[in-house]
Amino acid sequence: MFNLAKIAMRNIRRYRRRSLLTISLIAFGVVFVLVFVAVSSSFKDLMIRQITDSYLGDLQIHRRGYVASIETLPLNLNLAPQQATNAAKVLKENPEIASFSERIKFGAMFSNFTDTTNIRINGVVPENEFATCPQMSARISGGDKSVDALKKGKILVPVLLARGMGTKVGDTVVIVATNKDGSVNGKTLMVSGILESATGPGGRDGYIHIDDAMEILRMPQREISEFAISVKNPERVDAVAAAVTERLGAIVKDPKKAPFQVHTWAELSPFANIARMVDLMTVFVKMMLIAIVLISILNIMIMAVYERVREIGTIAAIGTLPGKIRSLFLVEGLFLGVAGALVGLMASLGIIFGLYLWKFSFDFGQATGLILEPTIDLRQVTMACAMVIGVSIVASLQPAFKASRMEPIEALRHV
Amino acid sequence: MSLITANNLVKTYQTEAIEVRALQGVSFGIEARSFVAFVGPSGSGKTTLLNLIGCLDRPTSGQIEVAGVDVSQLERHEAAAFRGENIGFIFQNFNLLPVLTAFENVEYPLVMVQEWPVAERHERVLKILKAVGMLEQKSQFPEQLSGGQKQRVAIARALVTRPKLVLADEPTANLDHETAYMIIRLMKAMRNDFGTTFIFSTHDTRIIGEAELIYTLEDGRLVQHEERLVANV
Repeated sequence: MFNLAKIAMRNIRRYRRRSLLTISLIAFGVVFVLVFVAVSSSFKDLMIRQITDSYLGDLQIHRRGYVASIETLPLNLNLAPQQATNAAKVLKENPEIASFSERIKFGAMFSNFTDTTNIRINGVVPENEFATCPQMSARISGGDKSVDALKKGKILVPVLLARGMGTKVGDTVVIVATNKDGSVNGKTLMVSGILESATGPGGRDGYIHIDDAMEILRMPQREISEFAISVKNPERVDAVAAAVTERLGAIVKDPKKAPFQVHTWAELSPFANIARMVDLMTVFVKMMLIAIVLISILNIMIMAVYERVREIGTIAAIGTLPGKIRSLFLVEGLFLGVAGALVGLMASLGIIFGLYLWKFSFDFGQATGLILEPTIDLRQVTMACAMVIGVSIVASLQPAFKASRMEPIEALRHV
Repeated sequence: MSLITANNLVKTYQTEAIEVRALQGVSFGIEARSFVAFVGPSGSGKTTLLNLIGCLDRPTSGQIEVAGVDVSQLERHEAAAFRGENIGFIFQNFNLLPVLTAFENVEYPLVMVQEWPVAERHERVLKILKAVGMLEQKSQFPEQLSGGQKQRVAIARALVTRPKLVLADEPTANLDHETAYMIIRLMKAMRNDFGTTFIFSTHDTRIIGEAELIYTLEDGRLVQHEERLVANV
């Protein structure tokens, strides 16, 4: 093997300029892929974190059918008190869940005594909500940014609604809602803060204490519209969702008729489609890398075989077996791929580290001042390098087989 | 017993328009340790005959045995293995591998063909390089060597595995007279030292005189067979 490697290395050095060009081309492809993957996945992760940490959570649990009717916020599809208790117990038992927040969601009228408009109210336990959605505090643009902003009698008003209604921190407003039994009730609340939107221009979600929500809705026992859940390792969202679903199903006799539905953030947020597009683009970029490596290695190895026909004839004549001749060219192609991958990897890591230090700031929709800190994980690096090396070998196969199948007598006659 | 026995060898090549009969019923026998020249004008069939002896090609008909093996029936892999074990080659254009030094070129058959252990093969290579007078140039690449030096390295490479037979196709064609003569004398000395049978093709009348057995080919036929008594070097 050492001798094969030695001959391959010397042949690579023999055509120095051509080899450098091929290695540069492969390195460029690797840089393009790794930097793209680092930036796009960092952007994707940043946006997902923005969404999940602001309001959605990594997972949500609803009563079956609630999500399908979520636009109307139906009170009759809340989880009953016992169901909510059971769900909370399952969530507390799961070690992979960092925190969860129970919410009562309902549609209401919002009045500042001059104007009235509609609002979506989330009745929450402040401590749980702030723990599950850690970006909550950062979203409060005016007023108290702590959990005290959601003490009983207080309301966080969405920014668009506050602007439209001219509402300020400290103002008194009235929330009026229709109860489950059809009666109407209202409560006066003090605006404790203005909540920047995380859901886009249509964001009309206000937050109050869960006890205030129960009072407005005349709810004697706590019914829950949804549980928002934060998991410790976001990469295990699907596994945690499956585990929670299984545990919730085990509560009832027939799991298929379990009243609970567990959704991941991807099933609830339209950003999942953008994330999927980013993933798709990454696949295309990787395919470009494969094409670059395939064409450049194939090209240089075909040229190598054509230029060394007499040498192939010589080594075949003196008894080198076809398998060894094949190996000579495969190792040469492999080395070109490895060299390109290594150079590309070094350059990529340098560029990614530079971008990380730069801390590029950008706006996306309603979110402003987002800071991109691209990083790349070992798995992506390994995959890109393995892909380059694998494709290098595949690209060298045809020229290597061609060399090994040459008739020595014809190869020796070659001019 | 003959090292090589050829019986009624015929080789034809089919080109687009015509059929070329390169060999037309050639029969001969060559004893071990012989120093043989196939001579004749260009196109007489010398190279074709050497290719058949060296298992690089197969006869259209007839039979050829080398070291007791019917090489006309060998498959590609078998032929390559047979060549690696039994035959050394010396080429008109030297055909050294340009990326390897003189030492590595000579070492190549021991590494890539016969897979010898390092210490033994190094000893063998140094010994053969010394025998051909190329020990001082062992670290030089072919491009740094003269034509005569290249051919000496090629002779060392052909002999390093101690083959039964060395085939040399026009080994002196690209050398000046003095060097050519020196190379032929060297080949003969190697024959004497190692007991290897040397067969070379040539139409260089200046070196034919060194051969002990001369076969003359014309139009694919053996037309003359001459045994000579030549003083050994």
